[in-house]
Amino acid sequence: MDQRYLLGNEAIALACLESPVGFVSGYPGTPSSEVIEILASHPDRSSYVEWSVNEKVALENALAAAWCGVRALVTMKHVGLNVAADPLMTSAYTGVTGGLVIMSADDPFAHSSQNEQDSRMFAKFARIPCLDPSTLQEAHDMVRDAFALSEEFGLPVMFRPTTRICHSKGNVTLGPVLAFTGKGEFHKDPRQYVVIPAHTRILHRKLNQKQPVVKKRLSELVYNQCQVRGKTAVIASGIAASYVEEIIPHDVSFMKIGAYPIDEEWLAGFVRMHEKVLVVEELFPMVEEAVREVAGTVAVYGKKTGHAPYEGELSPDSVARIMASCGFSTGIQYPSVQPVPDLPPRPPILCAGCMHRPVFYAIKKVFKDGIYPSDIGCYTLGLQLGAVDTTICMGASITVGSGIFHAGEERDVVATIGDSTFLHTGIPGLMNAVYNGARMTVVILDNRTTAMTGHQPNPNTGCTVCGSPSPPISLEALCRACGVGFVETVDPYDMVTLTAALKDAKARPGVNVVIAKQPCVIIARRAGIKRGRYRVDPDTCTGCGICIKFGCPAIEQHDEKASINDLCSGCAVCAQLCPSGSIGKEGVR
Amino acid sequence: MKGSYDIMIVGIGGQGTILASNILGEACLIEGRSVRGAETHGMAQRGGSVESHVRIDGKFGPLVAPGTADLLIGFDMLEGLRYSHFLKPEGRMVVSRGMVIPTSVFVQGLAIPSEEDIIGKLSWIDLCLIDAEGVAREAGSVLAANVVMLGAASHHIPLAEESLVCAVQRLVPQKTIEINTRAFAMGRKAGENC
Repeated sequence: MDQRYLLGNEAIALACLESPVGFVSGYPGTPSSEVIEILASHPDRSSYVEWSVNEKVALENALAAAWCGVRALVTMKHVGLNVAADPLMTSAYTGVTGGLVIMSADDPFAHSSQNEQDSRMFAKFARIPCLDPSTLQEAHDMVRDAFALSEEFGLPVMFRPTTRICHSKGNVTLGPVLAFTGKGEFHKDPRQYVVIPAHTRILHRKLNQKQPVVKKRLSELVYNQCQVRGKTAVIASGIAASYVEEIIPHDVSFMKIGAYPIDEEWLAGFVRMHEKVLVVEELFPMVEEAVREVAGTVAVYGKKTGHAPYEGELSPDSVARIMASCGFSTGIQYPSVQPVPDLPPRPPILCAGCMHRPVFYAIKKVFKDGIYPSDIGCYTLGLQLGAVDTTICMGASITVGSGIFHAGEERDVVATIGDSTFLHTGIPGLMNAVYNGARMTVVILDNRTTAMTGHQPNPNTGCTVCGSPSPPISLEALCRACGVGFVETVDPYDMVTLTAALKDAKARPGVNVVIAKQPCVIIARRAGIKRGRYRVDPDTCTGCGICIKFGCPAIEQHDEKASINDLCSGCAVCAQLCPSGSIGKEGVR
Repeated sequence: MKGSYDIMIVGIGGQGTILASNILGEACLIEGRSVRGAETHGMAQRGGSVESHVRIDGKFGPLVAPGTADLLIGFDMLEGLRYSHFLKPEGRMVVSRGMVIPTSVFVQGLAIPSEEDIIGKLSWIDLCLIDAEGVAREAGSVLAANVVMLGAASHHIPLAEESLVCAVQRLVPQKTIEINTRAFAMGRKAGENC
């Protein structure tokens, strides 16, 4: 038994090696991304690992591996599960032979996400079991057990950690890593794997018949447990259970829910022993609804009574306030304090030398009155530069753009999308826009990687997650194959060419694509690319502020003069913008 | 009463807050003590304000509640002020002197508090300022400023000096062990009067 201080995602990855897992796939998404990175780079890895191009692809790959009897893990963030929803819903019908664990990491408070959806609801929708950890040790143990449970039930099992599990740390006790030595074998069984209506009706009945067995079995595990200690009770799930445990008084009963579906009989037995029950959980009132169904005359407090919020994440102090508002005392009193007001904010910002900044700058110059639909990636930060008008989900820049055009909007539409997002779900939108005669410019921000989530490789990078070389995709050929007539690749650090390409696209009918290509500046720095720093000549700087408005974190303003700090990566774009020619390479003048 | 010693480490993405919190966690493990932590990953790391929570002897959730932290280690004065409400009234703050001005200040023309303003606003706190960059440079690399800060704050951290030094040596890159060991010792000296 090895005890280590681990990141939640590390504990999850190591539990997979203990299982042992044989097949791993996924698409990056905060807070889930580290699991695959850790598995791919682990010295004791014996499984296959891939970054797939999107979550649907990842789940279908993993499902097939599980059909071949291999234990498979697929990872994604909660919104990725929407992309994978199609295979998810029917995978419950076909079932699996090898254990299939679907890790869908939720993000209450949307720290790095476009919404706060609750993956537990998806598990309920698909009628598959769901495990929801409250601690890192539990996350580790649940993943280890999830593979065996999946095989026992013949069902995919959802594992649903939240940001405060994935990105929290603690001491975790680990078991031995086992080597995966199996070999997948597909046994033909059309009644199981070909879901034509005649088969699927029977499979649906079988799925429903499994439910009572699953509930009973899950109630026998340690993940749903209770202690009766008084006439009032708090029921909590996920990370919220650990907040409650720290402050709950000794004379209040406590129930922790970590596995779904909940056995109603067991739940009813507990609830009816009490006069008052408070349910504390993040996001959807899933446990609360189950409690209300069995509560009878017992008073139930929670979201539906207005005592707990439907949105955001919980915290030790917010849980204490919820408990106090329902008449529960708490072991710790938290002070009510306010942050210091009116401090200048420090939001995340595009890096110094990031290729996205000059592209947004040029788009705003060339398409002054344009509409700018954008997408999910670092470049969503183009919002700060006034160059992002919409973001909804992966791949929705081009589709939103063509929708705006066909709605009758007469201003120019310029969609921006990163290379990884374009390959994820952008291509169908481009095909559709060309096919249906939209008029718009699409700018592919090609930095050769999936930067925002930590530089995961994609088919455009030229290598796999395990470091094997792969044939890089030709974005130009892909766009042309979709029917785009004008496809121009430019260096975004070259303002003249970039601007000319955008003007060219603007003048043409139909859908036109400009590919702005430069490696992510973080990757370039790690690869040892040094361009030399730039400096401002204070004698000729007129303090016009044009370089300041460019918004690069390397450019500062002091005493009405611009200056460049040591974050400068030498992209030289500011030197091209400066009207007085005051910016030049350090040491060259 | 909470049973843990709660620390906030705050700064700007890229300054090494995660390594600093890992060192504290590893030191807890060396002493066989329970520990919980939480940190900022993902997009917020792109030069944004970041926070790490570390709860020594923590057995429950990873988050430190506002108004309850025992110690705040700041890698930037503005960020120290931004998170100062996490400290309990008798809490301590050890902050690296100096600040990186947020780009938003230049682009939007916002007012920026001076170092004196910040010190004034923190007058209710037991505050200790450390020239972390200067000390780190003397130790061999400005990149070791985070370890200097840990050394400076270590007088208040309920972990043995040997455990912290051992954790530093386990976690920093192999070729920087010597520099970081020196950075910790020099930081500890610089924080003697904290």
